[in-house]
This record gives sequence, C-alpha cells and structure tokens, in this order.
Amino acid sequence: MGLRDFITAAAPAGLLPWTAQLEAAERFGLTLGKVEEAALESGFMPARYQRNRQTITVDNQLRLCRSCAVIIGSGGLGGYLIEELARLGVGNLVVVDPDIFEEHNLNRQILSSPALLGRPKVEVAAARVAEINPAVTVTPLQIAFSRENGLGILAGSDVVMDGLDSINTRLELAEICRWLSIPLVHGAIGGWYGQVASQLPGDDITPSLFGNWSEPKGVETQLGNPSFTPAVVASLQVAEACKILLGEGESLRHRMIYVNLLHMEFDEVMLEPSRTAVGE
Amino acid sequence: MEITVKLFAMFRVGRFAAGTYKYREGITPADIAGELKIPEREVGIVLVNSRHAKLDHRLFEGDTLSLFPLVGGG
Repeated sequence: MGLRDFITAAAPAGLLPWTAQLEAAERFGLTLGKVEEAALESGFMPARYQRNRQTITVDNQLRLCRSCAVIIGSGGLGGYLIEELARLGVGNLVVVDPDIFEEHNLNRQILSSPALLGRPKVEVAAARVAEINPAVTVTPLQIAFSRENGLGILAGSDVVMDGLDSINTRLELAEICRWLSIPLVHGAIGGWYGQVASQLPGDDITPSLFGNWSEPKGVETQLGNPSFTPAVVASLQVAEACKILLGEGESLRHRMIYVNLLHMEFDEVMLEPSRTAVGE
Repeated sequence: MEITVKLFAMFRVGRFAAGTYKYREGITPADIAGELKIPEREVGIVLVNSRHAKLDHRLFEGDTLSLFPLVGGG
C-alpha cells in the first residue's frame, strides 16, 4: 500500500487523524510535514485542522503548509506570532532572536517560564512548536537580525513578521523586505498601545510610520509592556499574514491600525501621503 | 488662528483627547507639542488634515493636527 492509499484508507469523512499521520510518517520514512502535505494534496484535512475548515479550505491549508514565514524577534510579539502561525499550520517557520529568557520577560512572553530562564529564546520556540505541531519545521537562528545578514535570512520566504524591539532594526528589516519583494507585517507595542501595518511588495511604510523618528525606542521604555498588548497586536499580525499567504480578504495595505487598549479605540491611519486618513 | 488638536494614546493622559484652540500665526506641530509638554522625541506620527507631516510643518487657520506617540516595543 502506497502513502496515498494509506491516507485514503485512514481518513474517513475527509479527516486524517493524528495517530494515522504519525503511523504514515513512520511507515513511509517521511516527516510529519510531508505526510501532511500529501494528505492535503489528496484533499484530506489533517484532523488537527478540522476547526480551520470553512475559514481555511483544504487547498488553502495546503498553501499554508507549503509556506515559509520568518519571525524576527521571539519575545513579546514573537512568542504569540510563533504559537499562532504553528497552530494555523504554516509549514515552515524561521525564528530569529539572539537573546535568552530573563526574569523581566515573564509578565508577557508566552514562551517564557521560570524553568526556562537563561535558555535561548529560539531554542525554546523550536521546542514549543515541536510540542504543539510537530508537522511544522522550525529553523532557529540565535543571531541578531542586521543589514549584513538580513538578505540571507529572508531570501525565499513568503512573509516576514516584525517582532523586533528596536526602531532602527525595523527600518533595516523593512528595507531588506523591499529589496526582496517579500511582504512584511509590522507590529509594535508600548504599554496599552500598539500598531499594525503591512508592507507589500512595491510599498514603503517607513516614511509614514517613522518619518519623525529620532530615538531607537518608543514609549515602551516608559510604559513597559503588559501581558495583553503583545497578544492583541501579534494576533492582528497573524491574521494579516494568513490573508497575505492566501491572497484573501483586505490587508492593512497603505493603512495602519493604531491600537489603544486603555480607551479601547482602534484608529486607522492612512500611510500613503496622497490618500486621506480616516478618523480625522 | 484656530487649530484642532487631536492627541492619541498616552499623549491624552492628563491633557485631552481633542480640542480646538487659538494659536499664533505660523505655529508648527513642534511648537504645539512643546506647549503641551510633549517631548519631540516621543512623537511618532504627525498628521495635518489627515496627511503625514513633519514637526516643522507650518500650520494654518482651521487645520487639524493629530499627534501619535512613537511605539517601538516587541
């Protein structure tokens, strides 16, 4: 019995159970990701994604399975970005962060815990994804993203997620994404506040976002970051990434959402100077 | 001349969310931020009548100025 026949026999009602996915990987000497891809190619949804159905079709789940997202920063935003992209079923994740977990991360960084203090963030991210969705391939890079190594890190990816904590590195990230024509989903947080925008190939979001920039850090240096702000902003970013990868819906192109959780306001700011902003 | 000023995020804490005030001719967003004791380095986005502007942009009667703080954490 070949792989396709095995999957067909093991997937009544169109759903491939996890136990069968494990068995197929072992029997045919394949990664869980390859079995997932083969199942989706044959029109079968791995059962773990059954609640994705209707929102994400089998064909779109296959697109996600074959996609690669690079997450720059594995801290407050990055932890949620990784968790949600892995559960969504984005098949290849590259996680970039030079840091180890420290005590001041524990209030908000979902991948941190007291037992993991001192451990590299990217190593923990890879272990977390292996635990929650082993069909996803993670490439952990314990390095600082820079203009020098950026091209090599981002080349070949389908979407780049901004989980950085420095504005000058964000400018470099956006620049390299423009060179490579790779979509970038920007997110930034500080206190009760955050912002999300997408830079699609051909666009440049940086003059609007950081046109008056003079400091390497923003209000987060005074306000810190509570537990809920990274979760909100990262979730908005993953929704953007999902749409970009699938070519569906309306993305935050040429506009930014400015999030104010203290007054519970979401303001839209247009990013093209020639367009008129809403909310004025 | 009258300018409508809108403050976002923590800029409005202890100040106001929006208001129309009288200012001298030729005033700039930097001047108004200064009057409100908002440090220039904390200003991220400046909109004048919904268009992105610099802090030294010259304002005119009836303009609406929006100031957003710089947010850079992750």
